[in-house]
Amino acid sequence: MNEKKINMPDLSIDLAGIKLKNPIMTASGTFGSGKEYGEYVDLNRLGAVVVKGVSLTPWKGNPTPRVAETYGGMLNAVGLQNPGVDAFMSEDIPFLKKYDTRIIVNVSGKSIEEYCGVAERLAEADIDMLELNISCPNIKEGGITFGTDTKMAALVVKEVKKVSRQPLMVKLSPNVTDITEIAKAVEAEGADAISMINTLLGMAIDAKNKRPILGNVMGGLSGPAIKPVALRMVYQVCRSVKVPVVGMGGIMTGEDAAEFILAGATGVAVGTANFTNPSATVDVLEGLESYMKHQGFSSVGEIQNAMKK
Amino acid sequence: MKTMKAAKVKKHGEIGENCWSIWLEASEIVDEVNPGQFIHVKLNNGEKLLPRPLSICETDTSSNTLRLVYAVVGKGTEALSQVKTGETLRILGPLGNGFDINQSASKSIIVGGGMGIPPLLELSKNIPGKKEIYLGYSSTPFLLEEFEKQNADIYVSTDDGCFGYKGTVIDLMRYNNAQGDSLYSCGPKPMLKALSGWAEKNKIPAQVSLEERMACGVGACLVCTCKVKKENENDWKHQRVCADGPVFRSQEVVWDE
Ligand SMILES: Cc1cc2nc3c(=O)[nH]c(=O)nc-3n(C[C@H](O)[C@H](O)[C@H](O)COP(=O)(O)OP(=O)(O)OC[C@H]3O[C@@H](n4cnc5c(N)ncnc54)[C@H](O)[C@@H]3O)c2cc1C
Ligand SMILES: Cc1cc2nc3c(=O)[nH]c(=O)nc-3n(C[C@H](O)[C@H](O)[C@H](O)COP(=O)(O)O)c2cc1C
Repeated sequence: MNEKKINMPDLSIDLAGIKLKNPIMTASGTFGSGKEYGEYVDLNRLGAVVVKGVSLTPWKGNPTPRVAETYGGMLNAVGLQNPGVDAFMSEDIPFLKKYDTRIIVNVSGKSIEEYCGVAERLAEADIDMLELNISCPNIKEGGITFGTDTKMAALVVKEVKKVSRQPLMVKLSPNVTDITEIAKAVEAEGADAISMINTLLGMAIDAKNKRPILGNVMGGLSGPAIKPVALRMVYQVCRSVKVPVVGMGGIMTGEDAAEFILAGATGVAVGTANFTNPSATVDVLEGLESYMKHQGFSSVGEIQNAMKK
Repeated sequence: MKTMKAAKVKKHGEIGENCWSIWLEASEIVDEVNPGQFIHVKLNNGEKLLPRPLSICETDTSSNTLRLVYAVVGKGTEALSQVKTGETLRILGPLGNGFDINQSASKSIIVGGGMGIPPLLELSKNIPGKKEIYLGYSSTPFLLEEFEKQNADIYVSTDDGCFGYKGTVIDLMRYNNAQGDSLYSCGPKPMLKALSGWAEKNKIPAQVSLEERMACGVGACLVCTCKVKKENENDWKHQRVCADGPVFRSQEVVWDE
């Protein structure tokens, strides 16, 4: 085939009106507030840093063990441990502002009031976007119940839209029968973008000791093991909504990132890969750039439209 | 920027019953090590995605090498045990905070249990003054020769009594009327819990190195937490073993599990 070679592809993207220098983001909860990886990654190179989930008040999280490695992936049951939105605003935002990258804040809550409370506090913060986490499988109330019930998902998005100032990205759960239904419902209530997928609910058992490995019994599966499911869902959602989609789930290489963009995603996020190699985000970025050069893509949009039947 | 580095295996073999010793060439890492720190070891082969945290047992700055001593307990350590001299592993570190060595102590107590013993070797080399070292094994001892080279009084216990004192290392400390003005320890949690009680009763400030299952190793993912209550705070918090520890002050650890 006659492929044109591109020297300097344009990696920039437009995510709900926000310009990112490239489509590579961090997956919430896998990159701390960015600070933890500051020694390993030049944060200026990332399209956006999506920080760990923040709630209205400090949350202690689940008992340990909070992690179990499984074939090609891992289960986590952190339970959204975080110091609360006030501590986040005074400590983490000033740190991230030192870098030339976009800041996306992942918002968690156990009730609509809590989600709105966080969005309201963040309205005055110098950040670029909110990511509404309605899909955490690791907390009993809230979280996942908003992400698996179409009416609840629509309602929380509608209420948060009323108080938020920044564009709102809604993070969807894969633990549903038809993800396009939820995607359409949140889009109808004004979601500016969709990110997906959060972790798949799973479990690991210690056969020798005859008990669950995780302190929380069940946890969220992430890593390469979930990539086929994530790709399928991103593909389906991109064909049923107009808002941009940020794809994630098992991205380890630039080519993995390209697959999500081929499926229709505008941006991508790197999660579990950070744990296997702290420079994973920039490795994925460089891999995507080289993929574009070799395949003759001059922009990310061209990849999005390149999928053959 | 710091990165994961390729480390060549210089020497690798079984030094005791299910006890393996591996020397790795790690030039930039060796000079930075504080006793009690660990490295993340990523295998090139095998099904394991996540690196495995292993304590730095000792360093040799003249050959730019560091040593890890480990037991095979699962698939990751099993795959590690098959790595041959001359092959390379990927490593990240040194990670975590090591022990805070009391330079003015006139006598220190060092207590290790099982696979908590390895990091105490580098520690022993760096502790000034007199030392009492208590080592508890389930059965056959390992690293004993290396500890005997340190200028210290060494006491050994085994669970089955096949070597040294029969019983736990804490029984042995009581029997021996252990004394010192600083205590350093690493081992299984029940041992550390009992030791913390002993240290409190004897009013000896103690530092303990904890273990939890980890993922990132750099403080981002919040999976390896333990409960810590600081003196000036009302309630306990989950702290990260990888980034806030693995060494904690024993009186600050909430020993409820
Ligand atoms: C800071 C730190 C330092 C360590 N230093 C050493 C060392 O010097 N030498 C050494 O032999 N081991 C050390 N460990 C423990 C070592 O990391 C685990 O034994 C190893 O990760 C197990 O991997 P695996 O794939 O073989 O086992 P897996 O297949 O993952 O698990 C097998 C069994 O090992 C247990 N296990 C797994 N991970 C841990 C863990 N982190 N802590 C305790 N038990 C675990 C599980 O309960 C399970 O039953 C250290 C752990 C930490 C956190
Ligand atoms: C340890 C851990 C913590 C996570 N915490 C959050 C979180 O706070 N909020 C959130 O929306 N997603 C969270 N996630 C989900 C990830 O952002 C991501 O959706 C998922 O892991 C799939 O991507 P991956 O396979 O690349 O990791 C977490 C995932 C992991 C592994």
